[in-house]
Amino acid sequence: MNAQVGDPRLTGNARELSPPPASALAIEARGLVKRFDGFTAVDGVDLTVPQGAVYGILGPNGAGKTTTLRMLLGIIEPDSGYRRILGAERPHDVAHTIGYLPEERGLYPSMKATDAIAFLGALRGLPLKEGRRRAHELLERHGLGYAADRQIRQLSKGMAQQVQILGTLVHRPRLVVFDEPFSGLDALNQGKLEIMMRDLAQDGTTVIFSTHVIAHAERLCDEVAIIAGGRVPFAGPVDVARDSIPAQVRLETREDDGPWRAALPADARTEGRREGTVWRFALPDTGVEPLLRALIAGEAGILSLSIERAGLHDAFVAIAGAAAARALDEEKPEEARR
Amino acid sequence: MTPDPYPHQHRGRLSTLAAAWVVARRDFAAILFSRSFFFFLLGPLFPLIVGGLAGSVGQHVDQSDDTPVLGVVMAPADAQAMAQARNALASRLGGGVPEFRVIAAPPSGPLPEPAAVLAREKVAAVLSGTPAVPVLTGPRGQVQAWSGGVAMVAAQAKAGSLGPWPAVRLQATATSRAGDSHARLRTAQGAQTLLFLLTMMLAGMVLSNLVEEKANKIIEVLAAAIPMEAVFFGKLFAMLGVSLVGIAAWGAVGGGLALLAGSALPTLPTPAVGWPLLVGLGVVYFSMAYLLLGSVFLAVGSLAATVREVQTISMPVTMLQLLLFFLASYAMTQPGSAIELFAVLFPFSSPYAMLARAAQDGALLPHAAALVWQAAWVFALVRLGSMLFRRRVMQSGAQRTRRGKRRGSARKVALAGD
Repeated sequence: MNAQVGDPRLTGNARELSPPPASALAIEARGLVKRFDGFTAVDGVDLTVPQGAVYGILGPNGAGKTTTLRMLLGIIEPDSGYRRILGAERPHDVAHTIGYLPEERGLYPSMKATDAIAFLGALRGLPLKEGRRRAHELLERHGLGYAADRQIRQLSKGMAQQVQILGTLVHRPRLVVFDEPFSGLDALNQGKLEIMMRDLAQDGTTVIFSTHVIAHAERLCDEVAIIAGGRVPFAGPVDVARDSIPAQVRLETREDDGPWRAALPADARTEGRREGTVWRFALPDTGVEPLLRALIAGEAGILSLSIERAGLHDAFVAIAGAAAARALDEEKPEEARR
Repeated sequence: MTPDPYPHQHRGRLSTLAAAWVVARRDFAAILFSRSFFFFLLGPLFPLIVGGLAGSVGQHVDQSDDTPVLGVVMAPADAQAMAQARNALASRLGGGVPEFRVIAAPPSGPLPEPAAVLAREKVAAVLSGTPAVPVLTGPRGQVQAWSGGVAMVAAQAKAGSLGPWPAVRLQATATSRAGDSHARLRTAQGAQTLLFLLTMMLAGMVLSNLVEEKANKIIEVLAAAIPMEAVFFGKLFAMLGVSLVGIAAWGAVGGGLALLAGSALPTLPTPAVGWPLLVGLGVVYFSMAYLLLGSVFLAVGSLAATVREVQTISMPVTMLQLLLFFLASYAMTQPGSAIELFAVLFPFSSPYAMLARAAQDGALLPHAAALVWQAAWVFALVRLGSMLFRRRVMQSGAQRTRRGKRRGSARKVALAGD
């Protein structure tokens, strides 16, 4: 966790802070704040994204994900705070090494697929001719070669989205930022995109994406930032997030009671009786071995015992609160439920 | 999907100019090869047809007033010979020589003074002397323009053939300077009106272009990749390029029609800086007027979500522009006054006022200064527009106030996000 609400670094203008040392970070942001007409959309966000990582920004709609990404990319300026992207304080200085897929996809309808990809590359400094050549290659490689000369308006929504994704990558960026990349894609294309993101990271490209679907973040990310109400209560490796709540022990005993009951933690609760009695409690700090010994000695009749590590959803509930988790669940798109 | 197998290859970042060029190139090609450009080219046809019809009626009504007439003050026999020669050559002369009107001399006494005739009679110039030694009296530009034709008529009157031509003595009247100025006012008015109409017609196109951009939702991709100023400059210059192509096309058609019409066209007095320079300055001032108005419209367009909103917001701007045109027109009639100075200095009326000045005054240095001044304003307005755009538009769409309601029109046009 690299930022806590109330962290003194987040108050005031972080520009006054001493600049961070040069490091292998793709993104470093401190105390980003953005207000719109008195409404604080982002309230002191800290982010540290290592180079080559797949990094997720997880939160419900309205949490401040897009605004944070827009500030990182220089589309809007923060009211206060400090950001450094690929070593540059002005994002446009390194725009040629960044790819960005906004949540609201958009291409010129009258442009051919090849030209649309080449144009997106040209915006990032790739010569148009080279862009067209690469566009043809990319389209062929991704099974869209037949659509190279078709206008965007003639493509299906999914195909147009794929064209835009290819346009985001045509200039071979070092950092790719996807804002809700899975929304609007069918399950097949979601899978393809996940593979692409993993492969990009394997290639050394830093991938950042925002999502409100925990499963995507859990499957893909090395690190996540959990964002809710414009604040980041947690940022760090997914494992650390999951470890922030203790693992749960599920124990089933043939006997209901006995002297062994004293060995169970105080928070142990029963979940009713199936073949035996099911107990659930947090893994004690001392581990399960002392408990096991007591259970055996007390002849509790162990039917099963498992240690269940917390999922990212549980971590999210614990970190962001039940309300944010409910919002996340309510907004889960249809394709994510498939 | 699999990623590109090539290693990272990056070229340097785009400069603002290069980025603007990328946007301009796309927009220019997209508009030029669109169906709407064809209709854009046809645009002036309809007002021209209506204007032409209305104009022909009006022209018929006051044709006698508009047709330039040359008063002939010569001995009766000479005057008769000149008039006959003019009629004989009329078909060959075309517009080279105006109609002759013999000014009858009093029964007794000398012929009237040409200057007096010029002041008294409704003639553009006076031809006196004899067919062997013709004298043309009138405003300098007018007599210079007619001297060749008069020499030909005089040769015909003198010898019944077309050669040799006698030398025509030119006498600029004392009132020639004032006459020139008055005549040039018409040229200035014409140039100013043309400039205004073109600017109004074309600047509005920028608006719909930006609205379309937002409808395509590509604006965020542009804003992430290049500075917003580059987007604005690119769009402005693309539309300027399209406008100039349109003007070239209209000019070619208009020129062709003028060649066909020949002498039937009304003649405008030569502007003070000469026609070639006036046309050149006209193009430059059109560009400036367009860029100034376009940058304002672009800022307006960036805040609007629909064409309806654009029309609502841009209406006051259009009205203001109309007022400024009237200001520039009025200032033109008050050379050297404070109001003319204001019209020249105020950026939005400056191109109109300066073009009118080019028709009336031959000095070139003020034009260089005015162009620098106007360019500085274009730059400042584009900066302001892009700043407004980033502040007001690039807000997330799903934000709500504490009362749970969406706020402000700017937010309605914002790109959806969170």
